[in-house]
Amino acid sequence: MRRVRVALAGAAVAALVAGCGGDPAGGPAGASGGVTGTVSVFAAASLTESFTRIGRDFEAAHPGTTVVFNFAGSSALATQINQGAPADVFASAAALTMATVTEAGNADGTPATFTRNQLVIAVPAGNPKGITGLADLADRGVKVALCADQVPCGAAARSALDAASVALTPVTLEQDVKGALSKVTLGEVDAALVYRTDARAAAAKVTGVEFPESARAVTDYPIVALRDAPNPAGGRAFVEYVRSGRGQAVLAEAGFQAP
Amino acid sequence: MPRTDTPAPPRVRPPRPRPGIPVGLLLPAALGLVLLTLPLIGLLARTPWADLPRRLTEPGVLTALRLSLLTATLATLFCLLLGVPLAWLLARVRFPGRRLVRALVTVPLVLPPVVGGVALLLVFGRRGLLGGWLDATFGITLPFTTAGVVLAEAFVAMPFLVIAVEGALRGADQRYEEAAATLGAGRWTTFTHVTVPLVAPGLAAGAVLCWARALGEFGATITFAGNYPGRTQTMPLAVYLALETDLEAAVVLSLILLTVSVAILAALRDRWITSP
Amino acid sequence: MTAALLDAHLVADRGTFRLDVPLRIAAGEVVALLGPNGAGKTTALRALAGLHPLTDGHVTLAGVDLDRPRRRVRTPTERRPVGVVFQDYLLFPHLSARDNVAFGLRRHGVDRRAARRAAMDWLDRVGLAEHAHRRPRQLSGGQAQRVALARALAVTPSLLLLDEPLAALDARTRLDTRAELHRHLAAHPGATLLVTHDPLDALVLADRLVIVEDGRVVQEGDAATVTARPRTDYVARLVGLNLHRGTAEGHVVRVADDLALTVAERLDGDAFVAFRPAAVALHPDRPEGSPRNAWPARVSGVQRHGDNLRVQLDGPIVVAADVTPAAAAQLRLVPGQPVWAAVKAAETHAYPAGG
Repeated sequence: MRRVRVALAGAAVAALVAGCGGDPAGGPAGASGGVTGTVSVFAAASLTESFTRIGRDFEAAHPGTTVVFNFAGSSALATQINQGAPADVFASAAALTMATVTEAGNADGTPATFTRNQLVIAVPAGNPKGITGLADLADRGVKVALCADQVPCGAAARSALDAASVALTPVTLEQDVKGALSKVTLGEVDAALVYRTDARAAAAKVTGVEFPESARAVTDYPIVALRDAPNPAGGRAFVEYVRSGRGQAVLAEAGFQAP
Repeated sequence: MPRTDTPAPPRVRPPRPRPGIPVGLLLPAALGLVLLTLPLIGLLARTPWADLPRRLTEPGVLTALRLSLLTATLATLFCLLLGVPLAWLLARVRFPGRRLVRALVTVPLVLPPVVGGVALLLVFGRRGLLGGWLDATFGITLPFTTAGVVLAEAFVAMPFLVIAVEGALRGADQRYEEAAATLGAGRWTTFTHVTVPLVAPGLAAGAVLCWARALGEFGATITFAGNYPGRTQTMPLAVYLALETDLEAAVVLSLILLTVSVAILAALRDRWITSP
Repeated sequence: MTAALLDAHLVADRGTFRLDVPLRIAAGEVVALLGPNGAGKTTALRALAGLHPLTDGHVTLAGVDLDRPRRRVRTPTERRPVGVVFQDYLLFPHLSARDNVAFGLRRHGVDRRAARRAAMDWLDRVGLAEHAHRRPRQLSGGQAQRVALARALAVTPSLLLLDEPLAALDARTRLDTRAELHRHLAAHPGATLLVTHDPLDALVLADRLVIVEDGRVVQEGDAATVTARPRTDYVARLVGLNLHRGTAEGHVVRVADDLALTVAERLDGDAFVAFRPAAVALHPDRPEGSPRNAWPARVSGVQRHGDNLRVQLDGPIVVAADVTPAAAAQLRLVPGQPVWAAVKAAETHAYPAGG
């Protein structure tokens, strides 16, 4: 079974390389392996662009399936799942929030890290303040937005700053990474610590400055199929697809790192 | 006191309702009440009562509460300062485009607050229409400051005040203002000494609505003023962040906000709104 | 009349209605502006107070032009030495009786203490000192009326305007308040204009009556003249007289094609004939003998009028007749019944209609 899937994923990558938007209509008809129906995926907001593409590819590879997404903050999703929301897959941006789902006994199997994300310093396009590293953020006159400590990107930023021994006072502690990023795109702050994927998605307005300490604060993204799922087979198939070469290729293109 | 003749001015008393309430009204009324109060009961059910004293005394909690009360009150005063004259204008002065202005006043009601926050940034932000000029001329920057919180709350809450006060002004008998003029009162004195006292109940109701809306403000605040403890982190923001990690902490914070606001509103209602 | 304190010619428009009323009032004089609903009385009062703009004409008070549209003179209400007692008084509901009276004084620059002291004096004068701290809604109608009067008089206006001051009161209170109001108006040194549709108020309170109908003055004069010689149906009804206009030739006035009345006076030309309803006698058949003025009529309505019955008659002229219940019973008066009406010449009063 696995071998079939890997082969399929390879074919899909080939199709992608051959040309975007090419519908792999000629895919093997039997490849869906009995997977059908609607697959509900609850995924962290930072996965919005990548998972939307992966979902389309998955539907093409498994005719008769429809993937519906619920993108939101990881902890909001975990709360929804623990309160009984009908989901097949949970992809979280933090191990901690995944733990609340597994501890509540709502995971089907053990979560696997499917991708990783790393922080960059997002600055307005062209980097007008000439920021090259974390130390520059502590300068007076540099306004910085961070995520709040309670959310994954905030925790990662805290680790990175601690690793670099940089003490800075941000002007705001945003509720999520998109909030921090929008403060840069609107020009209200000079820099924000965001995920590389977020900076890349906003490449038109934002430049991502890499810094070495980010290696000390890598965020793992775990994924798991859920117990009591309406479509358990579909959920498991989607998890496998994300972890396959095809899924990984899409994630890599968005700036994620392999696990 | 006993009345020997007709009262002046004659008042129209509402007719006494007949005993017996029609089911067609009672049932939806009861359902409406359930809808409004059941979530509150849900909060109370999840409250970790044993933990409560410890959580209440956590330092961030009181800071956020104090900031919330302060900014909501300042926002209400700000709204009174600008909103009452605006309501007066809409109620008393005929001018071209009055309908349009009235519709514009209600824009913050329909605008998602987060969008409102972005719109405020586009005006008062560093690169905003006025923000750069304010910074360069007066050294005033509003985003990420407590003043910014007040501004965001005022933006979202002012329509409640304007609509309530305009309604009160329309309902008020303008002949009292004429009477004041015949006694030598100019327009401003008439406004402050006659009009405002006449619409005091509507004014109080509007201010209370405005304050309550400002107190619960979240979207525009976090977008425009950000979230920083002690400076811009109000209770709703603290609740939202607590929700990220600790549901019970969020429940406790919500409960505090609810208790304080209900207590204040109840006290004000007794003092202002029921007196003539 | 040259020493008139108020000299006004009020020309004002309200929609399609036009008011055009000349008005002069001497110091200390009380003039009643009397007229049916919609005649323009209140518009006239509002124009004098500066609450309704003049289209033309002028308002001159104590030699000062308050309004003169042609010269673009217009004085805002708050700067006019004019006091107003409104129909439903408009006492400020949020102020006590004392503070209502003190309100005008405060606006005229009197300090708070002095204003309150003066207000207390005024309340004392109208007999309400012990109610000084009551709110308007705690006062009876009569008391509110007196507070409103005190409030208007406290600022010593040159012109006092009263709009139907007794209309909101019940009959018994009205009697007491009217007497009291008369006392205060008599003491007021300025000019007073009283707007009313109640002839009794006008007759008791005013030195002179100005009667307006449809925006114009139709009659003007002291109470005795107006009551004796009404010049319009409205005035005649007000004073309770039958009034007919016709052409006089000696002792005969032709009031309808088929009816000429013989009158006591001798006059020629356009003339009025007035007679009291009580002077009209009703007969089942053509009366014999003395009454020369007799005509066939038809009963159109019967209603109580004091101790008697007032009978409305159609015929060559429309006439009201007062008869005793006994006479009515004898005549079996019901609407539609034909009767004969008769008036003695000595009971009529004829006067020229020309002026």
